[in-house]
Amino acid sequence: MSLSSVFTISGSALTAQSMRLNLVASNIANAESSTSSTGQPYRGRHVVFTAIPVSADQPQVDGVRVTSVVEDQSPPILKYDPSNPLADAQGYVNMPNVNPIEEMADMISASRSYQTNVEVMNTAKTLLQKTLQMGQ
Amino acid sequence: MLDAIAKDFNFSQRALGLRAYRTEVLASNMANAETPYYKSVDFDFSSAMKSAMAGDDAGKNLALNATDPRHFSTSPDGGAAGVSMQYRGAVQPSVDGNTVDMDLERGAFLDNALQYQSTLTFMNDRIATLKSAIKD
Repeated sequence: MSLSSVFTISGSALTAQSMRLNLVASNIANAESSTSSTGQPYRGRHVVFTAIPVSADQPQVDGVRVTSVVEDQSPPILKYDPSNPLADAQGYVNMPNVNPIEEMADMISASRSYQTNVEVMNTAKTLLQKTLQMGQ
Repeated sequence: MLDAIAKDFNFSQRALGLRAYRTEVLASNMANAETPYYKSVDFDFSSAMKSAMAGDDAGKNLALNATDPRHFSTSPDGGAAGVSMQYRGAVQPSVDGNTVDMDLERGAFLDNALQYQSTLTFMNDRIATLKSAIKD
């Protein structure tokens, strides 16, 4: 049935967007983590979305998948804090390269996309229900 | 007799198939609203419908051979067959090469869902008419 693959498509988008939301949460939570298990300051992480066809016979209809998570390679932000044990000789501490404002904007964008895809699924559900009731 | 009824529903059935497929295509566009380099696709419904109905006669070679009048008549099912997919022109091109315009997609999705429901309503009315004709 054709309409039920809408659930696969929108479902894949829900998974992808919730993963993006998770990373935003991780970035904001670690916006002040000047060290980590590797000893380096935390780096911002971002998802990479890729369009993937849902079935071989319909190459034009794509779902979405998170194919990788990349670390932000921009340099860490320097913060002057001589009392910090991690401070260098000049009194600067390497802080994560996370911009909380950008992360908030990313969060709003992810949650809006999530909502839109839920609406698409609801519409497809209504259409399927009406089709099942045909002729009654 | 049954064949006549089946023919009667042929048009609506094909319209529903194409509408369902378009729902899928639009859901795929919305799922990939933030995938870099994803190009928004859509198809022209009226020309797809025309080619589906033309293929009804032309596509007879795809049907099973009926060597006995009691065999079921099988014509290729509408769906995605004969649909020529086209890329949508970007209204506001974005830096990541994505051409999905969310407002446009949502508008098209809503319109498509309503058209699907109206086709269903016409079909239901037709079924009610046939039913009352059978009862009398």
